[in-house]
Amino acid sequence: MTESPAPVLLESLEARFSPGARRDDRPGFEGYIVEAARLLDFARVLRDELGYDFLSSVTGVDYLPDGRMESVYHAYRTTGGPGLVFKVQVPRDNPVVPSLVGLYPGAELQERESWDLLGIRYEGHPDLRRILTWDGFYGHPLRKDWQEAYFEEEGKPLKNRWPEGRVYRIEDKVPFHHNVKYPAGWTPEGWVPEGDNALYAALGKISSTDQDAADSMDTDQIVVNLGPQHPSTHGVFRMVVRLDGETIRSLKPVMGYLHRNHEKIGERNTYLMNMPFTDRLDYFCSMSNNFGYALAVEKLMAIRPPERAEYIRVLMAELTRIVNHMSAIGFLLNDLGAFFTPVMYAFEERELILDLFEMTSGSRMMCNYFRFGGLARDLPAGAMERARELVFNRLPRKIDELDRFLTGSEIIRGRCVGVGVLPREKAIAYSQVGPVLRASGVSYDVRRADPYSIYDRLDFDVCVRQNGDVYDRFMIRFDEMRQSLRILEQVVRDMPGGEIQTGKPQYQVRVPAGESYGRVEGPKGELGFYLVSNGKPNPWRYHVRAPSFINLTALEEMCKGNKLADVVVTLGSIDIVLGEVDR
Amino acid sequence: MDASINIPEIPIPDELRGTVSITTLDRIYNWGRRSSVWPMFWGLACCAIEMIATATSRYDLARFGMEVMRPSPRQCDLIIVSGTVTKKLIPQIVRLYDQVPEPKYVMAMGACASGGGPFKEGYSVVSGVDQFLPVDVYVPGCPPTPQALLHGFITLHEKIAQQSIKTSPWYGREPIEPLPIPVLGPDLINPRDLPAIQANANRPAEPATTAA
Repeated sequence: MTESPAPVLLESLEARFSPGARRDDRPGFEGYIVEAARLLDFARVLRDELGYDFLSSVTGVDYLPDGRMESVYHAYRTTGGPGLVFKVQVPRDNPVVPSLVGLYPGAELQERESWDLLGIRYEGHPDLRRILTWDGFYGHPLRKDWQEAYFEEEGKPLKNRWPEGRVYRIEDKVPFHHNVKYPAGWTPEGWVPEGDNALYAALGKISSTDQDAADSMDTDQIVVNLGPQHPSTHGVFRMVVRLDGETIRSLKPVMGYLHRNHEKIGERNTYLMNMPFTDRLDYFCSMSNNFGYALAVEKLMAIRPPERAEYIRVLMAELTRIVNHMSAIGFLLNDLGAFFTPVMYAFEERELILDLFEMTSGSRMMCNYFRFGGLARDLPAGAMERARELVFNRLPRKIDELDRFLTGSEIIRGRCVGVGVLPREKAIAYSQVGPVLRASGVSYDVRRADPYSIYDRLDFDVCVRQNGDVYDRFMIRFDEMRQSLRILEQVVRDMPGGEIQTGKPQYQVRVPAGESYGRVEGPKGELGFYLVSNGKPNPWRYHVRAPSFINLTALEEMCKGNKLADVVVTLGSIDIVLGEVDR
Repeated sequence: MDASINIPEIPIPDELRGTVSITTLDRIYNWGRRSSVWPMFWGLACCAIEMIATATSRYDLARFGMEVMRPSPRQCDLIIVSGTVTKKLIPQIVRLYDQVPEPKYVMAMGACASGGGPFKEGYSVVSGVDQFLPVDVYVPGCPPTPQALLHGFITLHEKIAQQSIKTSPWYGREPIEPLPIPVLGPDLINPRDLPAIQANANRPAEPATTAA
């Protein structure tokens, strides 16, 4: 549970809004419950008077037995400190909540996701369309009474799969064997697909008179689709742009092409079964994802891992940061046109670090290494020597080498400086996190602002750059890699002995009822896991606050007025990974 | 299976071994095709990263002639479906497959493309790309290590080496029909299932399914 802010503020908030806002006094829960009608005033007071200018997470929960839905918000101060949780409860058969997009523009994509998956309607949202499924999809999948086509039971582990000694496959129970389910009575005759009409309408009207038509040529605007199959969209991501010549007038991101139902599957899984699924969220940084999930569940269970486990966790997390930043730099240069040679150099270091991961956890990428209260297994013999060789010898030289090759290059400077600028206030308002936020001049790093694990004992700096353009986002990754090396030197030098797991390792962990929000500073930004438990072996609600998804809120802002070729570079500098964006 | 160019029954004298080759049309045709399969630059999810790692210097793909990854489907031979196939994306995948010129091959890389993988039970996941595309090689793994992917490529090369011009469909008399493209409706609509959907249109409502 995040600690509450100073008691003085608590009293004043509740008194001011009473009876519109009250403490959430369910056991294991925290924060405030605000009435829908007072939500906007409450949020305005939070942002302007109490300094909670950063809205980190917007999500929803379906409480079917109580007949209501909740819209849950987590807000933080950019000066640091624990966060504030507030919720709005609405009746389940007509869930309408005022939209916070006017106050916190970063809520835009998250409210769309909550509408899509849960059906909570946000009044005042400028463009409330489905985001992870498609327009015309039937139903709201994350509702508790919505059953997917391969549904067998409410929660795993599944009962006997071989009733009466006979094996059956789930495909035998599903019509058409294709995992599809149509609404009753629906026929394809005479039905017209919805298609992308709403999307193109949201782009804005195509006009031939725009602000800076200074030379008054009678030009027209066109709509261009980039993706989902495109060599530089970092996965299956689609952008629809409205162009005036080559200048972008408006841009809409379209995602959901990799929507793998992580949260719905997460509700069916047990807590431990979810760990390998978190590997596949941000598939470059599986150790980081495991870290965040383990923290969230450990908060609920109120346990902490032993010292050695904490040190090894930080070792893995920081090595993952180097892996990710190397890959990000390689792919950014891919987008710039340097096809594949920088990737070759970057992936060489990645291979060496992945060798260490494979030695320790058994797998190169999907490590599944963290457990609740510790780690799955200890470091094998030879792992520390390998880590020492990497941290003290190879990685500093190679990072400097890459820096020497790339940073002064005329082409990179010419194409990246001044492109895709995101000013400081907008970065905070759009809920940006990670290197994107810090390159815009905001010194906010979860490892310093709200320290977890042993980061409060380690000596490192938070990297900040001031201009907020693509070049700064590129350079800040080198800075962060060097700071990670500083942390790694301390961890490798001070690694203690001892156990790696608190208590006995179990398959069926006992998690008390309550909610928790565990967050880590992943390589792409603040990765948060929001868990609601009702004491059963399966989570009641499991939500991932994905940094790449929310960083895309600012994509239009960064790209307006730039040329089409700059869109590709700007997207590369945000460093998205589709597993996280779509979950 | 003998995958070399020279016909084994006709021996070549030692002094001419490097200069003269006695071969059949099938062998030389397949040798050219299998030594330069150009994959499409099409990475869906986590498996794509292992595919890229296979193309980097440690597990070099260039020694197989496959480092040329073309973004345009019109210029490639092989579609590596690397990652989970979702319903929102499958119309585009089928469209891309239709655009690749013959002879074309499909490799289902990873557990998700082969049969749904860990996300099989999802409501927006197609459990296996072989429900819509004809797959030539399946590479299991989650993700398959680069060594496993290379083994998959070598298996594909062996498959190509066994094909013959006499029986190839792309030189046949009948035109090859493009695959029908699925449509996104209340759920995914496979055009091949339309008769079954229409036959089931008047079945009673499914229990516990809520309308939007």
